[in-house]
Amino acid sequence: MPSSQSTAAAPVIATLAQRELVRFFRQRNRVVGALVQPIMFWLLFSAGLRSSDLGYAFFFPGTLAMILLFTAIFATISIIEDRREGFLQSVLVAPAPRWAMVLGKIGGGATIAMLQALLFLALGWLTLGLASALGQVVAAVLLMVAIAIALTALGFFLAWRMDSTQGFHAIMSVFLFPMWLLSGSLFPDVPGSWLTWLSRWNPLTYGVAGLRHYLQFDGAAPALDALPSLTMCWLVTLGFAVLMLALSWRIAGTRTTGDLL
Amino acid sequence: MATGNALTISQLSHHYGQRVAVDQLSLEVSAGEIFVLLGPNGCGKTTLFRVLSTLIPLQTGAVSVCGHCLRTEPNAVRRQLGVVFQAPSLDKKLTVAENLKHQGRLYGLAHQPLQQRQTELLTALGLEERVQERVETLSGGQRRRVELAKGMLHRPNLLLMDEPSTGLDPGARADLWKYLQQAVKQDGMTVVLTTHLLEEAERADRMAIMDAGRLVALDTPAALQAAIGGDSITIRTAQPVALAEAITRQLDCAATVLDGTVRLEQPQGHYWISRLVEAFPDEIQSITLGKPTLEDVFIDRTGHRFLADVE
Repeated sequence: MPSSQSTAAAPVIATLAQRELVRFFRQRNRVVGALVQPIMFWLLFSAGLRSSDLGYAFFFPGTLAMILLFTAIFATISIIEDRREGFLQSVLVAPAPRWAMVLGKIGGGATIAMLQALLFLALGWLTLGLASALGQVVAAVLLMVAIAIALTALGFFLAWRMDSTQGFHAIMSVFLFPMWLLSGSLFPDVPGSWLTWLSRWNPLTYGVAGLRHYLQFDGAAPALDALPSLTMCWLVTLGFAVLMLALSWRIAGTRTTGDLL
Repeated sequence: MATGNALTISQLSHHYGQRVAVDQLSLEVSAGEIFVLLGPNGCGKTTLFRVLSTLIPLQTGAVSVCGHCLRTEPNAVRRQLGVVFQAPSLDKKLTVAENLKHQGRLYGLAHQPLQQRQTELLTALGLEERVQERVETLSGGQRRRVELAKGMLHRPNLLLMDEPSTGLDPGARADLWKYLQQAVKQDGMTVVLTTHLLEEAERADRMAIMDAGRLVALDTPAALQAAIGGDSITIRTAQPVALAEAITRQLDCAATVLDGTVRLEQPQGHYWISRLVEAFPDEIQSITLGKPTLEDVFIDRTGHRFLADVE
């Protein structure tokens, strides 16, 4: 390898992604929290909103989206920790391409999110019984990968310039949590309401809708007519992921005062 | 290792908004040197370190590392550099070996050479027993040594270290220096380190003193001390200003007041001691004679004391 070039990207991406996973599994409370919280929410929403005649099957895709959102986001909070603990500075002065660093970090976060989402999907399969064909389940998993990447990249983009995790928690409650609420995960679609209008502008809505298309449960017949078409779901979700990756790459080229701890 | 300069800095300036942190600084470091950049906290040496390590952009001036231009070939420069930061950069949740593995891959090392180099460094640094332990379980001194191993993993030609002795006891500091000198001799590596500790600078092959963003001295520590040209005499007295004036007037030698003491620098200090004590028997409370130290060099060049030994 000529000495004037940067390091090969693939090992850099792999090693940084692997580090995310190792760190995740070493923090046991993170693993437990990440598993228990969505199951708890799923049970609570489904039981608590029984009066609206929506069942466990209705809340399942939304809970999947929630797992992807929260895990992805928590995984990218680690960029703030990396900065504070100093690990990031040695990555920044290495001859590795900056985009490889971004992909490694996002890839690691998205993988953690996918592992949990797959576990939850298996739980749904066991308890509710999936009526979807295998091909549809595979397509749903691929769509989940795209959603996971988009959300992790969104987290990366938001976290890059922050120097405290407290700041990130504020963003989380005023921006990310409402984003999930307005994604069609929790409230059924009511045509003509302002809620529906707002959710049309939320890219996560299309991810959740896509999952509703693909994941059919035994004995439950969801209303698919009101949902955006599958093509639309894929286009918006992929566009969301590409846009977020591009923004992350752009912002990672900028320097922040946090580098100077 | 080719001969020539490991590092050439010309006319480097760095501003934070209106404030000038580094002002028109130029210096050269030859290959195989241990070069120390000494200065009090806030003198601009850490800013300079960040520019050299590519952490912050070069604003004005030019920097060349082993013949590679920092502005146009940043990745080539990064390959030449090993960087040891003042703040820790290890992942505490990972083991020593895992930290080094990630570092090696960031620098494009393959598995086999990485293993070999890791064993070599950890043995030399006395850490071979700790390789599978998590960094959070290591002592402060051990962590600093892992940081050093991390910085030297890819056999850099130029090792940059920012205040490497921070948090080290004197014994560990001496070990660090012994190891650096050995590595320089064996691998032909060049070391540039910053410090605010005067006694650390004395071990350098060459040194520069920085104050308020400028270079105020650049030479070997011995030459700088010799350039003071004599002994330094410090007098404690109740009225330093009056005494300094009297000495300057009556004995025709320049005495200055610094932090409530009267100071003068003269060759053959012992002769001056008796003259001073005879001339001002009542005013002098105590008088001390010293060979010039780097602190004297600093005072001589800047006109103020080296107020750095506070962490």
